[in-house]
Amino acid sequence: MIADLEEIKGVTLETIYETSEGKLILTCIQCGTCVGTCPHGEYMKYPPRRIIEMLLHGLADKVSDTDSMLKCVNCYACMAKCPRGIHLTEVLLQLIKEQTILKLPTLPAELQKALENSYRYGNPMGESGRKRANWVATSKYPVRILSQNPGPVDVLWFVESYPAYYPRGQDTCRAIAKIFNRLEIDFAILGNEERSAGECGLLAWETGLAEALIDYNISILGKYTFNKIVTSDPHALDAFNYRYRMYGFKKPVYHIIPFLMPYYDKLKSMLTRPLNYSVTYHDSCCLGRHNGFFDEPRALLNAIPGIKLVEMFHHRINSICCGGGGGGMWLDTYFKSQNMERLSDIRIREAIATGADILAVGCPYEIPRFEDALKVAGYENKMVVKDIVELLSESMED
Amino acid sequence: MNLIVFLKMVPDTVEELKIASDGKTLDPDWLRMKANENDEHAVEEAVILKEKYGGTVTLVTLDAPEVDEAIYTALAKGCDKAVKILGDWQNFTSPAIAEVFAKYLKENNLIDSKTLILTGSQATDDIEGELVYYLGEYLELPVYGVVTYVQYNENKNNILIRKEFSGGLRGEFEVELPAVLGIQAAENPPRYVPIAKIRAMMKSANIEELEFTQDFASKGIEIEKLYEPEVAGKAVMLEGNPEEIATKIVEILTDKGLI
Repeated sequence: MIADLEEIKGVTLETIYETSEGKLILTCIQCGTCVGTCPHGEYMKYPPRRIIEMLLHGLADKVSDTDSMLKCVNCYACMAKCPRGIHLTEVLLQLIKEQTILKLPTLPAELQKALENSYRYGNPMGESGRKRANWVATSKYPVRILSQNPGPVDVLWFVESYPAYYPRGQDTCRAIAKIFNRLEIDFAILGNEERSAGECGLLAWETGLAEALIDYNISILGKYTFNKIVTSDPHALDAFNYRYRMYGFKKPVYHIIPFLMPYYDKLKSMLTRPLNYSVTYHDSCCLGRHNGFFDEPRALLNAIPGIKLVEMFHHRINSICCGGGGGGMWLDTYFKSQNMERLSDIRIREAIATGADILAVGCPYEIPRFEDALKVAGYENKMVVKDIVELLSESMED
Repeated sequence: MNLIVFLKMVPDTVEELKIASDGKTLDPDWLRMKANENDEHAVEEAVILKEKYGGTVTLVTLDAPEVDEAIYTALAKGCDKAVKILGDWQNFTSPAIAEVFAKYLKENNLIDSKTLILTGSQATDDIEGELVYYLGEYLELPVYGVVTYVQYNENKNNILIRKEFSGGLRGEFEVELPAVLGIQAAENPPRYVPIAKIRAMMKSANIEELEFTQDFASKGIEIEKLYEPEVAGKAVMLEGNPEEIATKIVEILTDKGLI
């Protein structure tokens, strides 16, 4: 389902028809499935179906004169449902979004800050790059930092910004450090040398920022010898697998959940502490719809003794986005100003309706988004948001 | 208009600031420099004025670590030309910086009848906003700080400005050009410039580098000692019923000698 990376590198709206991607767009039957499945479609002047029709009539400029594409949260719902297999989220919508960003008279302040911070500090929150590996000191299990100990390593764990800086994200880092140590995986991190891989959406529609981060990370990664990259951030997974590839990066990159599957039996034998929780799992857009990892997170959750897994109404390919992708993480205030309800607030109601004690997630954006949503719903003491790795670590004796 | 913006690099407070062993400077090992925020507003205001009334924007900076990055960003936003005055300007404070800048402008005859000089109304290392007034003094030009609005009248060759005073007061002034303004806030917040544009500037733009060999008698105000900020008192949550809480408040106030 993935677009041909070689072909779409450097493609613009003008040259799109020269690609097989453009030819796919010409096959659109205007069925409107994309609009129906788009979580923000009702708020867009030009939802995906109309965008294609405008493009076919040479009127794409009119679309980027509006803020329609700013409301795209890169959830891959339209792309996953398109009967013609048009790579809307991966290609066309990004090109329109790039033009939208260029034309907006002012960028929403939070988004502008996040982009500028990513460029200057290598993380969207604007924290000092020198504090990126500070969490390591709080880990009970050893974590090797390559700049201090540069020998060859099997797994390069790309930590990413939300896990590295955000306090609840650091909980997932400590959990991963424990799991890797217990599984005797030879791993190391880049530490303070790491910079954001570039959130998947942002990589596609802020090409300059994307290139700056890609150039930097590729040069740092080039200093060390390792076999594969593992990350707990599905956005970083996409950045590496769909953008870094265009710049010649060749090493295999895994999200931690599918990465753990070959260790399933060993891992399961270590999960000895029963967790008597009822758990519902939120399929992250990048991990689920975009990369097809629906069974693996559920298998890991079911491996934990005592856990009872219940599904939300929308799950697997129909999962509703948390609203954090495509820059949405930094557009809450803007969306609010447009009278749009936060997607995480909508999604949390489905989670609450399952009666589960725990909302399990597999993406670092989702912890802050859903913890906030629980507060909005007045439900913060009744449900807890946890990354799957946190639950695995909790079930594992020290 | 002949718009000239003076931009200065200041310590980035995102990084930890450490006092060097001499006790009066910041430890350069821990220091990262960034463009002063008010100066970024001055750049924005200058570009807005150029877009409205035509003319050119010249950016002038003193050499400092990471200054090139700030220059390329300003050029990508719409400045036409950039000048970097070379020299060791570390530890120069406002009066001396103003002197360097004024000498540069005078000696190169850069001020004409349509010149407007803009800089930030204050900086993280110049909270008093002295720089802009020293600059006005050295150049013998009208000077206004804390400016939040500028409008140019071509026929009269003057500007209408709004300036903030304390207590929420604002004043409107008509000022003849040439003049010096300290910008508190541009008409719009500093714009976002796509990183691709900054990177393109890095490859194509030319920064004019200027040797400035004159001796300056003073670096301005001499700093004798720097202090770490004192840790502020922590909050105490009082518990109990309203009567008990009221009693505790009275006790605290009495203990501190406040009543």
